[in-house]
Amino acid sequence: MNTMNLSLALPEIFVAFMACLILVVDLFLSTRQRIFIYFLAQVTLIGAAVLTVQGMTSNSVTVFSGMFIHDAMSDILKLAIYLIVFIVFAYSRDYIRERNMFRGEFFVLALFAMTGMMVMISAAHLLSLYMGLELLSLCLYAMVALQRDSGKATEAAMKYFVLGAIASGLLLYGMSMLYGVTGDLSIVAVKQKIATMSPDDIILIFGLVFIVAALAFKLGVVPFHMWVPDVYHGAPTAVALFVSTAPKVAGFAIFMRLLVGGLIDMSPSWQDMLIVLAILSMGIGNLVAIAQTNIKRMLAYSGIAHMGFFLLGILSVSKTGYTASMFYILVYAFMTLGAFGMVILMSRHGFEAENIEDFKGLNQRNSWYALLMLLLMISMAGVPPTLGFYAKLMVIQSVIDTGMVWLAVVSVLFAVIGAFYYLRIIKLMYFDDAKDHSPIHASMDMRILISFNALILIAGVLYKPFIDSFVGICKVAIAGLS
Amino acid sequence: MFSEHILSWVIWLPIVGGILVLLVAGKDRQAPLARIMSLVISLLTFVASIPLYTRFDNSIATMQYEQNLAWIDAFNIRYHIGIDGISLLLVILTTFTTIIVVIASWQVIKKKVAQFMAAFLIMEGLMIGAFSSLDAILFYAFWEALLIPMFLIIGIWGGPKRVYAAIKFFLYTFIGSVLMLVAFLYLYYQAGQTFELSAFYNLKLDLSTQTLIFFAFFAAFAVKVPMWPVHTWLPDAHVEAPTGGSVILAAIMLKLGAYGFLRFSLPITPLASQEWAWLMIALSLVAVVYIALVALVQQDMKKLIAYSSIAHMGFVTLGIFIFNVQGIEGGIIQMVSHGFISGALFLCVGVLYERMHSRQIKDYGGVANTMPVFAAFMMLFAMANAGLPGTSGFVGEFLVIVGAFKVNIWYAVLLATILVFGAAYTLWMYKRTIFGEVANDKVAALKDINPREALFLGILALAVLILGLWPYPFLDVMHVSVENLLQHVAAAKAP
Repeated sequence: MNTMNLSLALPEIFVAFMACLILVVDLFLSTRQRIFIYFLAQVTLIGAAVLTVQGMTSNSVTVFSGMFIHDAMSDILKLAIYLIVFIVFAYSRDYIRERNMFRGEFFVLALFAMTGMMVMISAAHLLSLYMGLELLSLCLYAMVALQRDSGKATEAAMKYFVLGAIASGLLLYGMSMLYGVTGDLSIVAVKQKIATMSPDDIILIFGLVFIVAALAFKLGVVPFHMWVPDVYHGAPTAVALFVSTAPKVAGFAIFMRLLVGGLIDMSPSWQDMLIVLAILSMGIGNLVAIAQTNIKRMLAYSGIAHMGFFLLGILSVSKTGYTASMFYILVYAFMTLGAFGMVILMSRHGFEAENIEDFKGLNQRNSWYALLMLLLMISMAGVPPTLGFYAKLMVIQSVIDTGMVWLAVVSVLFAVIGAFYYLRIIKLMYFDDAKDHSPIHASMDMRILISFNALILIAGVLYKPFIDSFVGICKVAIAGLS
Repeated sequence: MFSEHILSWVIWLPIVGGILVLLVAGKDRQAPLARIMSLVISLLTFVASIPLYTRFDNSIATMQYEQNLAWIDAFNIRYHIGIDGISLLLVILTTFTTIIVVIASWQVIKKKVAQFMAAFLIMEGLMIGAFSSLDAILFYAFWEALLIPMFLIIGIWGGPKRVYAAIKFFLYTFIGSVLMLVAFLYLYYQAGQTFELSAFYNLKLDLSTQTLIFFAFFAAFAVKVPMWPVHTWLPDAHVEAPTGGSVILAAIMLKLGAYGFLRFSLPITPLASQEWAWLMIALSLVAVVYIALVALVQQDMKKLIAYSSIAHMGFVTLGIFIFNVQGIEGGIIQMVSHGFISGALFLCVGVLYERMHSRQIKDYGGVANTMPVFAAFMMLFAMANAGLPGTSGFVGEFLVIVGAFKVNIWYAVLLATILVFGAAYTLWMYKRTIFGEVANDKVAALKDINPREALFLGILALAVLILGLWPYPFLDVMHVSVENLLQHVAAAKAP
């Protein structure tokens, strides 16, 4: 099927075209008219969703000389990413406008980053995978530095860029070793070659180590996590919101494409590596989060810990495990959207809700938002009956299914440690008196969206068809992998 | 509709009602409306729970009022609820106590009334859900979800060290429960991908596996009971919690731990339960004797009652792990009776605290001179706490001691010391606060209880006396279920 069937990549082409169009249109708009850009970006996402839904197939098809794969997982993950980016734009609109960042660049870069993610998700070839990853990373570096007069943001972008470039180098190095051994760059071909070789081949193992390290870096997994807190902290909250959600979903895709799709025969080796990474992430992420006084840094470490849990599913090396990881990463993305959304909500013109102290007495100021944040926090802590709990349940279940009960025990103990800092937010909101009594303003769509975002975490569990179809979709996606 | 799903009604009525209170009467000026709504909802729930008792068939050991629906297909988690003789009384105790708490908090709570009442109502539903879950994850969900409202109750309306107490309470309980969750997941695969309790009961696991599962359960339930030496969260939580929170904590939440032993540990890991019974008995005896001594030297009335709760719960766990009918039935009766008595004592302290803003024993003295009616009520509850015959405290303790005699006379001898110590610390506290000369001007200015206070103390006094004088209706409903449980445990031992 090595045809040039453009229709299968229509969403990518559409998004890239619209991003260029927005870039041009933006030139002709005055500041007052710029809201049009926002709508154009949202329309792009809706259009991409329509195109993706129309092109849905249940069988997997490879096009462009084996560069691009189109299967159930790619469709579903892309749709999830459109939704996430849609919510990111909606949450960010007022925030970036108040901070004088409402320019075409924010949307253009985000859309190009999204194109990168889409290419990553559909990558069937090491080159297209790398290309997607770089497109994403370069856009992210620029987005972090978007507030160009902020020293903090520039520093964060610089760090991110330097470390990110090293990680990209590692990935390329690993890929070149794979190429050296197998003589091919197509993931399917690599897999077939490896099947005929000894999995203990020293160069293969070397290549694998580099690839796992690079993936761990992009995902923000200990010990490759150093950039995460600095970037979340330094970047404008709207950008942190973007960086912390959608790319993680794409990260899941490359884990699936590379490790599960290409290097499955080396699973005993990467399983061991991922176990170490997962334990370190859960441990260091949760422990260091306790010491944070900045909400964005706290969420960064909490995200690191979540990535540790996320890896539990993949390292189970089973379809149940992959399904669990996919469910986990999607739930994680929605919880993080809500949490950063709350940070944005608490901020206002000239004031950044940066410190966890800013949440003090939220229950007195606005009990509805306090309740939403409560739901988000207990879901992140993994207390039932929330989606966060079922996500943790699923990954731990898959670990036990593999026979690693000890790992399950370790992970639940770290979950308890993690509960502490989420509780501290609840404590600040409910038990302490407010210092700042200024009312919290938000546009109607933001209020509705964030309420929905938080309530779905609990309502989604209680409403049977929702959770059934949610898990069902993840199952379909994983079942569709060859 | 109603008659088929009574149990679901009893679980969801207070939860939905609580949310409704939040939505309808959430503003501070609507506090009276919130109070009335909560009272109506709690009364309705209690009324709805009465048919559970009247229609209960006490000649069969199987689950009754069962409802079994698919919930989350992907994990094969089911909404499977039902009650037997063991859980029936605890469910009714919950609906009963919630009414008392709503009445008792009527005027005491002044800020965020709707949130307070809603938290209690939601908690009521969750507790009943935990008592009636027949699916392990459903149980876990109710069990864990309970922590949130209690955490908020301690933290928002509690005393000066409330934050410390609330977080300690949450983390202690959470760490115990997650190990239980791992055990459930392990059992899920052993039982063929199901979380049904009945499937867990039929598993024939070897002793070493059972031991691990037993200790995972132990971590969850022992913390909740609480057993010595993991009891340290309880005095803190009790002292800092508002009166209503203390009542629910002592009267119902602690029972969840003991109930867990009966519903999970004993039937799922019968071999390990018997193997490790010595440890459980030893810990219970330490609780009974040592904690009673600790209670003796407390200066804070609430702390004293909290320690007394631990000692009394030691009775319950001992009764469970001596594996005979008297022991377990005595344990369950003790749970119900302790629910009434400790609840009543916490309310008494609450009544005093509201007037004096002190819980220190030394600040009181001669209260009987100014509050005679109150003194009479408190006398009854103090006597019941000491296990006076004719009160509910006696029945459970007597049965457990009889059961212990059958197993080992020394257990019974040590247990009987609580009757002495119990009398010592309770009555000594009573003497120092209520009797004697009027200690200071503040005591001299005390006003006796008002009709509202007389109402909830009166209802509890009645309950204590009924259970004490005529325990037959209570024992009768649980008998067959308890025997069935014991048979199940004994059958596991046979080769």
